[in-house]
Amino acid sequence: MTTFTLPVLNYGILAPILIVLGGALIGVLVEAFAPRKSRSSSQLFIAVLTLVIALAALLRTRGVYSTKAAMSSITFDGAGFLLQGSILIIALIAILLLADSDKFAAAPTAVPGSDEERQAQAANIRVTEIYPLTLFAIAGMLIFPVATDLITLFVALEVLSLPLYLMAGLARRRRLASQEAALKYFLLGAFASAFFLFGVAYLYGYSDSITFAGIASAISGGSANDVFLLIGISFVSVGLLFKVGAVPFHSWTPDVYQGSPTAVTAFMAAATKVAAFGAMLRIFYVAFAGDVWQWRPLLTTIAIITMVFGSLVAISQRDVKRMLAYSSIAHAGFLLSGVIALNKAGLDASIFYLFAYGVATVGAFAIVSLVTDSSGEVTDLNRWAGLGKRSPWIASSFAFLLLAFAGIPLTSGFFGKFYIFSAAYESGNTAILITGVLSSAIAAFFYIRVIVLMFFKDSVDDGTSIVIPSIYTRITIIASVAITVVLGVFPAPLLDYIAETASFLR
Amino acid sequence: MKITLTIIMLLPLLGALIIAAMPAAKTTLVKQIALATTVLVAVATIVKALGFNTENTALQFRQSYSWIPSFAINWALGVDGIALVLILMSVILAPVVILAGWNESEGGRWGVKTFYILILVLETMMIGVFAATDLFLFYVFFEAMLIPVYFLIGGYGSGERAAAAVKFLLYSLFGGLLMLASIIGLYVISGNNGGHTFDITALSELHTSMSGTTQNILFLGFFIAFAIKAPLWPFHTWLPDAAKSATAGTSVLLLGVLDKVGTYGMIRFCLSIFPDATKTFTPLIIVLSLISILYGAFLAIGAKDIKRLIAYTSISHFGFITLGIFAMTTQAQSGATLYMFNHGFSTAALFLVAGWMATRRGSSTIADFGGLQRITPIMAWSFFIAGMSSLALPGLSSFVSEFLVLVGTYTRYPVAAIIATFGIVLAALYVLIPVQRALHGPTTPGNEDLKDLNLREKVAIAPVIAIIVVLGFYPAPLLNAINPAAAQVVSQMGYSDPAPTMNGGK
Repeated sequence: MTTFTLPVLNYGILAPILIVLGGALIGVLVEAFAPRKSRSSSQLFIAVLTLVIALAALLRTRGVYSTKAAMSSITFDGAGFLLQGSILIIALIAILLLADSDKFAAAPTAVPGSDEERQAQAANIRVTEIYPLTLFAIAGMLIFPVATDLITLFVALEVLSLPLYLMAGLARRRRLASQEAALKYFLLGAFASAFFLFGVAYLYGYSDSITFAGIASAISGGSANDVFLLIGISFVSVGLLFKVGAVPFHSWTPDVYQGSPTAVTAFMAAATKVAAFGAMLRIFYVAFAGDVWQWRPLLTTIAIITMVFGSLVAISQRDVKRMLAYSSIAHAGFLLSGVIALNKAGLDASIFYLFAYGVATVGAFAIVSLVTDSSGEVTDLNRWAGLGKRSPWIASSFAFLLLAFAGIPLTSGFFGKFYIFSAAYESGNTAILITGVLSSAIAAFFYIRVIVLMFFKDSVDDGTSIVIPSIYTRITIIASVAITVVLGVFPAPLLDYIAETASFLR
Repeated sequence: MKITLTIIMLLPLLGALIIAAMPAAKTTLVKQIALATTVLVAVATIVKALGFNTENTALQFRQSYSWIPSFAINWALGVDGIALVLILMSVILAPVVILAGWNESEGGRWGVKTFYILILVLETMMIGVFAATDLFLFYVFFEAMLIPVYFLIGGYGSGERAAAAVKFLLYSLFGGLLMLASIIGLYVISGNNGGHTFDITALSELHTSMSGTTQNILFLGFFIAFAIKAPLWPFHTWLPDAAKSATAGTSVLLLGVLDKVGTYGMIRFCLSIFPDATKTFTPLIIVLSLISILYGAFLAIGAKDIKRLIAYTSISHFGFITLGIFAMTTQAQSGATLYMFNHGFSTAALFLVAGWMATRRGSSTIADFGGLQRITPIMAWSFFIAGMSSLALPGLSSFVSEFLVLVGTYTRYPVAAIIATFGIVLAALYVLIPVQRALHGPTTPGNEDLKDLNLREKVAIAPVIAIIVVLGFYPAPLLNAINPAAAQVVSQMGYSDPAPTMNGGK
């Protein structure tokens, strides 16, 4: 008779994830039972509180990492701790942007232009479902980089993706574009998920196991059918590369970044990238490491194409959100070089880069959301001319964040770039180093063009102005700029901490 | 309190902070504080320099604090004779520029305050870039100093200032990123050979463990960056535009100090870290220098705009400096460093007087001037002396350095020295033609009412001319400081000075 073993869930380690899920459920209850008037403020309070408690719970697990939880389907190690921490901090900064709820559709289900929509707008209804949706997405993101079996990985992927699909369609203005973005994101995302699942099936067929450790030992055993392994790795990679927005799976990025409400774009661009790259790092470093000679050339090619393509296409963009979208594609290419490096420096560098880039991205999109005219946000770059004269502080902050993206010294982006390229070169990858540096030079061009527009061009008088940021948006921008400065001038403590903490439990 | 290099570097920053805290309306006080700060820095540096031991070939005034231990980056400062002379030049030019361009800041896009904050921040970086003995620290200053200069050109210049500023920045960034690739290469190679380091003394011993190809590639990354900065033909096209569009003061700092970072970098990094690659590329670089000397001179002869003319003459002079550096004799090496110092002052004099002429006349076209000798004798004489210094008239400081470069080059590369001598002939043309057209001859219409230099302008130009004349007769103090360092550089390269030979001199 087989004995039934009770599954062991290590609640202490799962706490941050469970807290965020709990907060999301409370949010749903508030949505159902609380009076409409008080929802907006109570939802924000719950969301922020949830994230703070989750962060505190995460900090308490310091030192107990290097343990497996939930029957080895989640592995909690130093790298997982850092990635979860990054996601929570970025989410905490980004969620404040949702507080400006006049950016979201009053009645998301109403057909754009219908009477129902007009009534909802007239009644000044504010949408607040976005908070629990965001928390669900964050929970998925927290699981994604610590999942160590393929099923958990897939569940996390869906948990983080589904709310994002919805959130993309919630813009108050230009609703058709927003809904188009949501649909595009959903359809392409579903397609990528299917690929991912297909790959999972092949990997199971290859290794007779769904855990990362099982796949790794099957690879090192080397007796199974290599074709299955290659198909599995390729298809799983397709799903992951879609999420990080690498060429040729990037086509959703510009449209979704542009169509989504800017606050959602900020969250999505920053936090999703951390989660997706976190998962990618883990699966490639832990499960597929033994097969590096097969996948490295392919991934190198993709990284090189991604860097060059993102930088080149960004030059021709006339819309600031699309430009940031293509710049995020280029950055995905830079980040892939950390995955390819497959060494300790590559892991450390990727984590540092992800955090620095995520924080700067949130700040940049927060500033984008401030530039408005009477009909809503102005994202046409030509109309940004002369903003430096009218709002020197906001424009200077944006310029500074752009310099961080460009990797100018004394910004966090510079150390990120230095670290990740030196890791890539350390693994012997000269091609990545040279392409990376050259595409950084190309990328500098379009970042500087925006600075020129803001500071050296005279403004066109068409009603474009920078609204006075609300206290929440202000906190977001200040936090983002401050972290970028500190990491640019004095990154040593964080670098040291990452270096001694980051490691994967295999 | 003991004056250290760090304290000297912090002084301008402190001044910038004080200015930042001042009310914007008090422009005169802002200017006075800026002037007082730069004078204080100059005095402190000169006092410090008096303690320099000219017998000692090692780096002096060394300081080292750990900055980012995980990358082995130190805040390491120190000077040898070459760096000391260049720092002296920078700190003496800074107050001169501020005093000479007392009203330059008022026609700018932003206020007076911003102008002086940018100048002071730039001064900190100018000292830092020459004093850094850590390659990474050097790179940080090298790149970060682009940003204040970019805003100084684009915000306070005239004409196509924004375009010129962008051209300057993109050229420099491109070069800088190539250098970053080489720095990453060195970092990784040093890691594979006994631990990561950026210390230039340690790096100069690394060449024994690099293959010839690696050395050549890394050398090119550095050299192209420095050749753009210097600028050497064919990387020079940004300079005339930038020099024409910037204010006279900014042009002085740009040509007088920033461009020297290029030639200084060649000595400090190209030569000492890659001796073998230097030998490989020396013939090519000597050819490029000769082209620069002649090409710059021809362009200067044809120039119609007085600011562009000065920029072209600088291209020619930088050809001489590079020739001196790569001739690999002690005389040429000392001459090149002295040349850098002298070029700083003669260009400063030329630019400042040209700037005054242009502001008074409202035009910088040479043809618009005529007969200034009679109307504004002091201004005309100042221009004349500066021009004579630029063509290296015996008795003025440039003569000493140009002579040393030519003599030093002749002992190793006689043909190159002979070709370079034509540059002197052409120099007479490009200086005497504008002198004759603008200063002598009949007074042309529009020039009758020009005012001569006022007291402030006389005080500003006096020290520059004094230095030009005094060092022409007595260059020994500087040469005493430079010679040991120059000899050190040459002997490190494995060269010894060729003994003079006498054929048939019975």
